[in-house]
Order: sequence, then structure tokens, then C-alpha cells
Amino acid sequence: MSQLTLRSVFKSFGATAVVRDFKLTMRDGEFLSLLGPSGCGKTTVLRMVAGFESPSAGQIEIDGRDVTHLRPAQRNIGMMFQAYALFPNMTVGENVAFGLKVKGVGRDEREARVADMLRLIGLPDLGARYPFQLSGGQQQRVALARALAPQPKVLLLDEPLSALDAKVRVSLRTEIRQIQQEMGITTIFVTHDQEEAMSISDRIVVMNGGVADQIGTPFEIYNRPTTRFVANFVGTLNTFEVKVVDPALGRVTLADQPLTLSDRPLGARAGDTLSIALRPEALRLGRSDAHETTLPARIDDVHFMGSVIRLRAMMAGVPVSLDTFNRPDVPPPVPGSMVEVSLSGHEAIVLNG
Amino acid sequence: MNRKFRPGAVIIVTLACLYFLVPLYATFQFSLQMRRGELSFDAYRSVLSSDVFLRAFTYSVVASIAAIIVGVLLIAPTAYWVRLRLPKLRPLVEFLSFLPLIIPAVVLVFGQIRLFGSSSILPLTTTEIGTNTLVVAGYVVISLPYMYRAIDNGMAAIDISTLTEAAESLGASRLRTIATVILPNLRSAIVSGAFLTFSISLGEFVIASLLNRPAFGPYLVQLGEDRAYEPAALAILSFALTWVLMGVMQAFALRKPNQRWLRRRTSAAGKSST
Ligand SMILES: Nc1ncnc2c1ncn2[C@@H]1O[C@H](COP(=O)(O)OP(=O)(O)O)[C@@H](O)[C@H]1O
Ligand SMILES: [Mg+2]
Repeated sequence: MSQLTLRSVFKSFGATAVVRDFKLTMRDGEFLSLLGPSGCGKTTVLRMVAGFESPSAGQIEIDGRDVTHLRPAQRNIGMMFQAYALFPNMTVGENVAFGLKVKGVGRDEREARVADMLRLIGLPDLGARYPFQLSGGQQQRVALARALAPQPKVLLLDEPLSALDAKVRVSLRTEIRQIQQEMGITTIFVTHDQEEAMSISDRIVVMNGGVADQIGTPFEIYNRPTTRFVANFVGTLNTFEVKVVDPALGRVTLADQPLTLSDRPLGARAGDTLSIALRPEALRLGRSDAHETTLPARIDDVHFMGSVIRLRAMMAGVPVSLDTFNRPDVPPPVPGSMVEVSLSGHEAIVLNG
Repeated sequence: MNRKFRPGAVIIVTLACLYFLVPLYATFQFSLQMRRGELSFDAYRSVLSSDVFLRAFTYSVVASIAAIIVGVLLIAPTAYWVRLRLPKLRPLVEFLSFLPLIIPAVVLVFGQIRLFGSSSILPLTTTEIGTNTLVVAGYVVISLPYMYRAIDNGMAAIDISTLTEAAESLGASRLRTIATVILPNLRSAIVSGAFLTFSISLGEFVIASLLNRPAFGPYLVQLGEDRAYEPAALAILSFALTWVLMGVMQAFALRKPNQRWLRRRTSAAGKSST
């Protein structure tokens, strides 16, 4: 329902810079995740948008209006916390109605809206319960309903699933995404779980030490990470040292075998060494005509994961992970055996810095 | 669970009970012996019909209630603010709240008399209202450790800062947040603190006596010097009052949020399940 813009936002606590030069423009109805390790400043960014912290420098705009100096209560935001944020003295219905009551919405409309919201979160009959009578997952759904009931411009979620057990976490994240799409509400979702971020976001901001390292769709972040940090943080990565042969044409060698990088190593000269990375699914077990090069590898470990089998192997002197699809008629290689692995330069990611 | 009969434990518990109950029983027995040769409640009748008693008791009840109100208004916002904004200061505030247990009430009163005596800038002791103010202030101070602890524990039981932020994100003002979210969740804590303050202030002797106010504590002592049976009766009455207050406190503390004192039937309550 709204656009959100952060213009070069900085935040320091005392002498410690926690967020640096954070820029972001979100379109209407976008679902964006802030992803990064613990302590990288995700919560601080979210709390600045909410108004619980004020930026040391920079502006925050909602729908083109500068809200940098408004109090949280004036910003028209909805917020969902990690846990324990429902008002224990109020029923589920009263919790959901709270924001509407504050806004002065009349009783009849309020009750209708509360009923709508409870239906939306799949708990239509629990309006009279108290929070302590609900499971963790139910409490978080009520917290979502409470945040959404006053129809905020922006929805902010700070690791709302991290206190739940694994199964509920997966089903609830899908539900949150569905409700978000249904209501078309601009949403920032904070998480340190890359799989969670990948599976439900329109775009992801990967944060590292208070800086937005990369902003992009899950596809871009995963396949075209722009920094070594992003590449390592998101998914599994195999890194190799290659020798540059012809930088202009992207020619390099890995263990004396030729590779052609489509990602040109700008600034490198012939004879330099360079780091490249390949995802486990870019390494193909066996010889293949569709690939540029084949290297021998020794299998160390076999993890059967269902439709996918992950192999750990030694290749070109480094430990690598590679994925292969399970085929009922072909048993996977056994640990200790020698195999051939095919790869192509155009699937490699050149790592700078 | 090992539910074997343990003679040692039973003996210890019995001894402890006797230690408390024998003096109580002896006092009660004695309080009934005012009339020669038979048991009667004459001592109680005599106490309760005395004007001096009623005046002293009323004075102390009013002073205690005033101390509760001032204490809650002073301590609840302080504890809230410290938890919300100045968490680093909590150990210091906690230490300060303990001081009245370390510093005797006599020191407090002499301090008050020096600061607010007839020759000071603010001679509170020269007027009755002024002196009463000092009594209430003294009660607030001596009950501070209990009131602060009760309220702070109440705040520890809920996530005060998350609840505050949740309410604010929903558009509530600070005042509304305190009135509709924070205070209702602290009710049982405040009630505990209030009753503790009440029982401490009601029988308080040193402050009232040194400031020369007609309170219940000094009256008790005076009565003990003048009479035989009435003090015993009064002791039993005070004891009963304390126990009643403790019972009420327990009832508040154990109450779940969904239990209303007057059970209002909510239509869908408990009907549904997941
Ligand atoms: N109120 C505060 N005062 C001082 N330092 C803080 C405060 N809030 C957060 N920090 C620090 O800022 C850094 C980022 O914190 P945070 O935004 O909570 O990280 P994340 O949510 O990514 O785990 C951490 O090093 C944290 O210790
Ligand atoms: Mg955080």
C-alpha cells in the first residue's frame, strides 16, 4: 500500500557505528527481507523505520513523507516481535482490537474487523481466549492479526519465527507471505535464516557489519552474489584459485584445465591468481558434453537428502560439495571411489574482496 | 517421588509450628481472662469501644493508605522508567531501595526533624498537617524495599519494553500504554506492595512516636504499660487483620487474567479448541 525509502541512513550508539550508509527504496506491496548474521544491524534498521531508534544521519520516508522525526505512534506502522508481545491482560479479540480502538474506530466496525482478521489467520473461534492459553505459533498469528488490523502502511517483522519449532516455522512463513500478498502490504522481514529469506521474499538485503552488501531478488543474490561475504552467507559455495590466462576473454586455468569465465575478471593481468566460486549444483557428476572441463575427484562423503544427494569430495586440491539428483536406477558413488566432475566457466562467480 | 514417612522432618515441622502457635495461643487464652473465673471477650469489647483506640486506629489507617498512594505513584513510574530507559541503573536503584532496611527509622526521623524542624527553612514540624506529611513520607520510605521489590518483580514477569513498543506501534500514546497495558498487568504486584506497606505502617512505632502523632503503634505501647488484658486482645486482633490481608494478597497473586471477580460470562469462552 505504500512506498518506503531510506536515504543514506546511519546509526551509531556512542562511538560504535552500527548501521552505515543504508539506502533502500521499496515499492508498493513489496516483501523485503533483511538478512545477515546476528549483530549486523538488522534490528536497528527495522527499529529506525518503526521510530524506536532515531537515525544519526539520513532520512526515512513513507509514501514520500519524511517520518524521520515522528514518534512510532504517528507513523502508521504495524510491528511484530520475536515473542511475548501480546498483551497478557487482554483476550485475543481485545489484542487485535487494540489498534482500532486507539484509532477511534467504532464498536461495530471494530468487531467486524476483528472477526475478519481472526478468520484471515485461521483462528476464528479463539477470540475469547487469553494469550497464555495459546501455543507459540497461535500467539504469533494473533500478533500478526493485531499488527495488520489498523491497516498500517508498512509491516515490520523482527525474526517473528525464531522462537518457534522448525515445523511451525516453515508453515507459518508461508502463511505470513500469503496474507501479505492478499493484503498487498509493504513488508520488511528480518531474519538470519537464509533459507527463510530465500523462500518468501521479493527482494533480499544482505547485511554485513552494518552495511547493505547486496540488494536483489533471491535469484540474483544466490546466483550473482557481488561480494565474497554474500556468496558465503547465502547457500553453500565451492571456492577455487584459478590462474588468469587472458583477462579480456575471461580465459583462466583450474588445475591446468581451461575455463572461460563469462564474469570477466576486470583489472586482472595474465599470470595473476583469482578466486572463483561454484555452487554445488554447478558441479556435475560424470563426464558431460555440455560442460567445458572435466576434473577427477575423490568422494569423501555421501549425504542422501531425498530428491537430492549431496556429495563431499576432494577436487583440484580443495574440498567441494556437489549435488546430484537421486535416480532410483543409479546408486550414488561410494566414499573413497574416484569420479569425474564436469564444470563450466560461465557458471562461476568471480569473487572480489 | 519419594513419599516415605520421615520422622525427622515431621519433628522439625511440629517444633516450628509449636514455636509460632504456642505464644499465639497463650496470648489468646490470656486475652479471654479479663472476667475472673470465666472466659469472655470483655477485653475485646473494652478495646473496640475505646475512643482513643478508634482515633489511633483511624489515624494509622488513613496514614497507611496515604503512604500506599504516594508510594505507588512514586515507585511504579520510577521502576518502569528504569527498566525501559535506564537498565544500567537498575543495580543502583535496587541498592537504594534496600537502604531503609539498613538505616534505622530513628535515623530517618532525626534527619526529618533536623531538616524540617522549627528553625529550618521549611518548618513542617510546627504544623499538624506538616507533621502528618512527615509521618506519611516516613512510611513511604520504610515500606520502599517491599513496594519496590513487589512492583519490580511484577515488571520482570512481563516483557515491559516489548509490550510498550507493541502498544506504541499500534498508535497508543505513552499515557494510554501505561493505563491500558502496563498497569493492568502490574495489578497483583501493586496490590501485594500495598498490603505489605499497610501492615508495616499500621503498627509502626518509632516515626509516629518521635513525631508525636496519635498513631496506632504508640497507642499499643501505651496500652501495654497501662493495662493487662487489652494489649493481648489487640495483639490477636492485629494478627487476625494481618492474616486476612495476606489471604487477600494471595488471592490476587494467584488470580489468572481470565478470572474476573464477578464472573462475566463471555459467549465463546472456552468453547472452541484447536
Ligand atoms: N541500544 C543499543 N545500545 C548500544 N548498542 C546497541 C544497541 N542496540 C544494538 N546495539 C548494537 O548494535 C549492533 C547491531 O545490533 P542489532 O541491530 O540488534 O543486530 P541484529 O538484529 O542484526 O542481530 C550490535 O552489535 C548491538 O550490540
Ligand atoms: Mg535482531
